[in-house]
Amino acid sequence: MKKLLIILGLFYSAFSFSQDIVPSMEKDTTQLDEVIVISQRKLSNYRQEKTLSSVDDYLEKSNRVTMIKRGNYAWEPTLSNMTSERLNVTIDGMQIFGACTDKMDPITSYVDVSNLKKVSVASGQEGTEDGHCVGGAIDLQLPESKYYNFGLKSSVDLGYETNGNYKTAGLDLEYSGNKFYINVDGIFRKSDNYDAGNNQEVLYSQFQKYNVSLQSGYKLSENHELDANIIYDKATNVGYPALPMDVSLAEALITSLTHTFKNDSTFINSWETKLYFNTITHIMDDSQRPDVPIRMDMPGWSDTYGFYSKVKISEHKHNLLFNVNGFYNRSLAEMTMYPNNANQPLMFMYTWPDIRTWYSGVYAKDTYALNKTSNVSASVRFGVHNNSIGEKAGLESLQIFYPTLSDSKHRFLKTIAADYQFKKTAFDVTFGLGYGERAPSVSEGYGFFLFNSFDNFDYIGNPYLNNEKSIQTNVKTNYNLKRFKIGIESSYFYILDYIIGEIDPTLSAMTIGASGVKTYTGLNHASIFDVYLNTSYSISKKLLLNASLGYNYGQGSNDESLPLIKPFSYLAEVTYSTSTFNASLQLEGNGNQSRFSSFYGEDETPAYGVLNLNLGHVITLKSSKMVFKYGVENILDAQYSTYADWNNIPRQGRNFYVNASYVLF
Amino acid sequence: MKLKYILPIFVLALFNVACSTDDNDEFAPSTNETQGLNLIQELENDTHTVELYNKSGFFYTGYNEVSVRIKDKATNTYIENASLTWMPLMQMPTMQHSCPNSNPVKVNGKNTIYEGAIIYQMTNTDGSGWSLILNYTINNVDYVATSNITVLQHTNQNVASFMGNDDNRYIVAMIEPKNPIIGNNDLVVGVYKMETMMSFPVVENFMLTLDPRMPGMGNHSSPNNTNLTFNQTDNMYHANLSLTMTGYWVLNLKLINDNNVVVKGEDVTETNEQSSLYLEIEF
Repeated sequence: MKKLLIILGLFYSAFSFSQDIVPSMEKDTTQLDEVIVISQRKLSNYRQEKTLSSVDDYLEKSNRVTMIKRGNYAWEPTLSNMTSERLNVTIDGMQIFGACTDKMDPITSYVDVSNLKKVSVASGQEGTEDGHCVGGAIDLQLPESKYYNFGLKSSVDLGYETNGNYKTAGLDLEYSGNKFYINVDGIFRKSDNYDAGNNQEVLYSQFQKYNVSLQSGYKLSENHELDANIIYDKATNVGYPALPMDVSLAEALITSLTHTFKNDSTFINSWETKLYFNTITHIMDDSQRPDVPIRMDMPGWSDTYGFYSKVKISEHKHNLLFNVNGFYNRSLAEMTMYPNNANQPLMFMYTWPDIRTWYSGVYAKDTYALNKTSNVSASVRFGVHNNSIGEKAGLESLQIFYPTLSDSKHRFLKTIAADYQFKKTAFDVTFGLGYGERAPSVSEGYGFFLFNSFDNFDYIGNPYLNNEKSIQTNVKTNYNLKRFKIGIESSYFYILDYIIGEIDPTLSAMTIGASGVKTYTGLNHASIFDVYLNTSYSISKKLLLNASLGYNYGQGSNDESLPLIKPFSYLAEVTYSTSTFNASLQLEGNGNQSRFSSFYGEDETPAYGVLNLNLGHVITLKSSKMVFKYGVENILDAQYSTYADWNNIPRQGRNFYVNASYVLF
Repeated sequence: MKLKYILPIFVLALFNVACSTDDNDEFAPSTNETQGLNLIQELENDTHTVELYNKSGFFYTGYNEVSVRIKDKATNTYIENASLTWMPLMQMPTMQHSCPNSNPVKVNGKNTIYEGAIIYQMTNTDGSGWSLILNYTINNVDYVATSNITVLQHTNQNVASFMGNDDNRYIVAMIEPKNPIIGNNDLVVGVYKMETMMSFPVVENFMLTLDPRMPGMGNHSSPNNTNLTFNQTDNMYHANLSLTMTGYWVLNLKLINDNNVVVKGEDVTETNEQSSLYLEIEF
């Protein structure tokens, strides 16, 4: 079984130096020596990266991942054309849920590259190790403690980008002993408004954030380790040009305590148990906007407590993995509107009426080696999911729409997947089948007048929604012919009770200027299909050509196109690399979005193409190393937006950047 | 082991039972019966002091529930067997008029409290103008107590007094919800016809359409409201009023008579923000 474990940037990444130089997804430049070689080999050189890219930038380099942009910060990842509610986005297996009703704080915005070891992206039902999903999983993996006794290491990173006057600074300190390990890092990012093509300033696109993390481990004995991890992330003054409101505070505290047992010679090879807690505060406000119909505050909170315990067993030809996990989440969001007539009282409502989610489930997977070149695997997950409404006023508000609504709802969720993998040097193929279910998200189930600026409708949740069910198949194959490589990957999802908003003409919009109200309903079925063709050709050892084409399709049973489906996309790249220098020129673009979904509020996004140039070199000194990455993005200063840009906000115009890292051994 | 927990509970329970018996027998409710109420005013004559209570301790325009208690000045005890009628009176420059009201009747489960309601449709800006005449009978002897009273203007329009298209004068008053919630509220409205200056009978079997709006926010409405229909048992009009948020709401109404003719009020449209017949809620 091949779980699509994709190191951040498996498809494209800045791996153009020799192996001991920063693979872009690695935590920092100092850790190269310890990087597990398997992961390192997986890095490909399709693309070149900045050392200080945001998590968002990294994710965007993956074929199947597209980032929905509402501004220059906190992009929402989509995987196989599905957004966060259909995905299982976790931090090292920990469930964590954004606190914004308008999806302005995807989980990926609460961690920084400095926190992470790698990101694993799993498509469809292969992504159910940590929870249920339809579209797949993104797991942001934290580094583990290293007991190599190398003492103290440190590194400093600095970055500057001309577009938006974007400044980044990072500091990393690491100490490793035989029994004790500690790592402290911090990163600060600040950007002004960026300019779209032709120097058009995009107002309210500024942001500022810092992130600090502490990772510490202690080796209790030869086989037992204890790890603690704390991440604190705080963003302030974040503008959202595509939305009517900005964010004055997005703050997260993410903590975990992990016990690990490892022993290759026992029946149980590893047993990892984690307890975790995270809390998010997210405050939307519109105080920076000069013209609004009405002033409002929209704070939201999300707290999650959880655990998992996973066991790995290798026995003969079987590789078994068991995972028992559970979590409890509280999501509360409110809205206070300030009437223009000061004599009138404040207008207040619960937009997420203190929804508590309990989940507990079990997961099991067996990978069985048929022979040297092929294996089969099967996995199942069962879980019990309960939503309850904590706030009486919230229950009463929802009873306006659902008079007999009770405050608690149980769901039983099932997932099953199987795949077959055959692999030889010249040829490999993977074929997978899966069935999975997911519960509606808090907004889909219980949201109360959530304004969606994309289609200009207020949304009402529906607690009676059926579980969304997906039947999925995927196939992937690669041929290697000397210098030429070609691969095709494709997946197809047939989704029953596809959850989407439907206009209710009897309801009157709450938001001033909104076109109406939609309630969430389940479309009888929907189909989502994607196919990617990847090719590469090595002209010489140093010179490589890459090209990739993608096509995506999505349609509902109402014969309407689904929204946010990627149009025809392409990427072409030429890369030159030596052990100390690399350069790459790439052309990336989308075709015309001809199958846009006007029914769901989309308009047609025209085709675009942008040209980027990335360069980098490394200077090794006696006891230190300097890594430079620099280049020009959008060289031709194209003015464009993509299908995934909320309300067609334009993307960045020409941007010169430089990242410098100084690593002290 | 478990006894440790059960025992105190048992003792506590016993103790509580004892207490409550005491209450019923001896410290009888003369004082307790006004618990949670505030004195509005006392009306006095030679023999009795009549105490008027409600939750706030003030009369406001609109619907007022009033609790009445009569104290015998001689014995200093509260009368338990009176029958009462009252007549609120507004002194205008050229004439007098009354208002819709229901006479106080003994409250179930209470010994000394009589409860009635008065709907003041207007008041002077300083609260003056109203007086209350209270006639009561105890053991076949008639008494009267009278006094000027103060009626304050409520901040919201919770009562509307108007001339209908049929040339009759009507009063529409909100009775419930007293404490609105975000959610479904039972809306109760009283509709009265001003037959004479002194007579305000209940209007039966009309209908009121209901369209709640928030003028402070684009004049949006709310879903699943019902029209107000007449209920024989309490002689009032009932509807479901859904309020999606706190704040200032205008309940736009149209009064429709039993021949399906609109007596007062208009639909809210793009051009007409508000009906001429409306009530207000703030919470």
